[in-house]
Amino acid sequence: MGRRVLVTGLGSFWGGRVAQTLEQDPEVDVIVGLDTREPSVPLDRTEYVRVDENYSILSRIVRATQVDTIVHTFLVVDSNQVPASQMHDTNVIGTMNLFAAASQPESRVRNVVVKSSTLVYGSTPADPVWFSEDTRRPAFPRLRVERSLLEVEGYVRDYATDNPHVVVSLLRFSNVLGEDIVTPITRALDLPIVPAVFGYDPRVQFVHEVDVVRAIMHVLDHDLGGIYNVAGDGLLPWSEVAAICGKRLGPLPPVGRRLVASTLSRLGIVDMPTELIELLTYGRGADNRRLKEAGFAYRYTSAGAVHAYADAARLRRTVGRRVSYHYERDVEQFFRHSPAVVRDQA
Amino acid sequence: MVAEKRSGRSRPPLVAVPEPDADAHGGRYAAGEAGGTGTAAADGADAGAPISAPTPDGERLSDVDEWGRSQHLRDILAKLYDPLYERWFRVEWEGFDKIPRTGGALMVANHAGAIPTDAPSIMHGIERDLHRPVYGLADEVFKRIPLVNLGWSRLGGVQAHPDNAYRLLREQQQLVMVFPEGARGPGKLYRERYQLRRFGRGGFVQIAMRAGVPIIPLAIMGNEETMPIVFKIPAVAKALGVPYAPITANMLALGPLGVLVPFPAKLRIRVLDPVVLDVLPDQPRYSRSRIMDTSEDIRHAIQADLHDMLRHRQSVWFG
Repeated sequence: MGRRVLVTGLGSFWGGRVAQTLEQDPEVDVIVGLDTREPSVPLDRTEYVRVDENYSILSRIVRATQVDTIVHTFLVVDSNQVPASQMHDTNVIGTMNLFAAASQPESRVRNVVVKSSTLVYGSTPADPVWFSEDTRRPAFPRLRVERSLLEVEGYVRDYATDNPHVVVSLLRFSNVLGEDIVTPITRALDLPIVPAVFGYDPRVQFVHEVDVVRAIMHVLDHDLGGIYNVAGDGLLPWSEVAAICGKRLGPLPPVGRRLVASTLSRLGIVDMPTELIELLTYGRGADNRRLKEAGFAYRYTSAGAVHAYADAARLRRTVGRRVSYHYERDVEQFFRHSPAVVRDQA
Repeated sequence: MVAEKRSGRSRPPLVAVPEPDADAHGGRYAAGEAGGTGTAAADGADAGAPISAPTPDGERLSDVDEWGRSQHLRDILAKLYDPLYERWFRVEWEGFDKIPRTGGALMVANHAGAIPTDAPSIMHGIERDLHRPVYGLADEVFKRIPLVNLGWSRLGGVQAHPDNAYRLLREQQQLVMVFPEGARGPGKLYRERYQLRRFGRGGFVQIAMRAGVPIIPLAIMGNEETMPIVFKIPAVAKALGVPYAPITANMLALGPLGVLVPFPAKLRIRVLDPVVLDVLPDQPRYSRSRIMDTSEDIRHAIQADLHDMLRHRQSVWFG
């Protein structure tokens, strides 16, 4: 019997991509995707279930579908994206309910992958240049999104401890760049003048969007278990990132930078969540050697990811962003369940 | 290479399906071709849209390394600093040969002067004559201050975190410099000159033990007189969040210019015999008493050599 996979956050960039990749895998029998939003990418056989933010019907879904694998990509890592209370509901309450459902006695879950972020290390002057998975963060987490993700990781650890028969992998992704993804960083780099903090030029690290999906699949395929940083090789200064994109820097004042950034964000001029302005002040590096030792080969370095983004951005300037897919419930249901559709060509 | 890649696939995949065993070097872009576990065209609608060939290794535009150091900027600074080193401070070394030409080593020195001249002099002298970089470990206060953090980092300064020191010394076998007195050294008053402060908690010894590198003590004479502190204003320091806010003799003598201009005291740097720690590297813990004893021994050795050098000094300005 093949794998039965539950993907959370199917409507998100990552959920959709992971589901698409899983669909290509003949070993995967069933893919169930949860989200509050409809999928944003075309999917052939993934079943989409609309849920509320904190997944209150989750235990029923886990029981009914008998999933053995959970890919938890539905975590908010951008504090400007949703209001604070919703971030708490999605991240902390959502994860809590997910693991509550996965640990019920009749659960068949044997494999869990959680997509966390290197945000859990923070970005402060006391930091080492490289954070390994075991480095204790030197500064107390002050940002809401950092605390939220640390709470999520707490639930992941508890679940892993209580369920030693389940392979739990916690992946901490560095900032993602690539051809398609839109984040506060890409929005900053899309501006005619790229925001920076005066008097600072921190080194930042990126992972390419392709490597994100590949890393998730790698830990699934190899039943790795444990905590892994996922980040491209090398660090490069923010000024160089802007230079690769052919942009000039516009420095914000270092004192009161958070206030300035949040005011500009509120006015809609930039999208600079607090965690980004702190990253652009102090930078962050995550040591990626543990995942490499586990057999993963990155396709892109940090600088390579920036170049890939810059190339794609240049193309977009001419042809615009591609039309996105629209989910049509009836059409999707027809193709999946109508007796009129000839399936199983193999 | 690039042209070949572009022509190799006219309809490139937007999502490469993970191939766990894909070779990192060959076939990096082979995902779209037969033989892979499959190819997912992410978006049926845009499979025809050409995207440019990605640049996996990514050409770098600057030479800033992972620690923030730029050899290019160091070379520019060396041109500017060399006259100061040669003519103003007239730096003289004793026992320069004891500094290794290869391999990791941790240099520790006494630290003095409101804006210490010892760090740039040591770094400049070694980089000029041994042609190898020197990384200086510094307190996080450097990383906090705008512009200062940038200059310090580009010129070889690194946040004094044990993980940074270990990586530099053990994995990269670099020369690293640290002032174990920290801000207590430069922050002392002129009447306390050449009296070494506490050497922290001996963290530098522990790092050298873990990294398996020798410690090279340096005794520096003259730095105390380049920018002597007459008195300090703790309230200002507290308000600015810096370790000390001094009124220096330079400020009293030269006015606002004195904030930055050091007196031309003669700098003498004596390299003491390297201390080789007879322990296994990479242990999780080392004996606390051993660490503290070694730390105290090194402090006493530097103090004794400073006294010896001072005994022979004829003049503050001419050595």
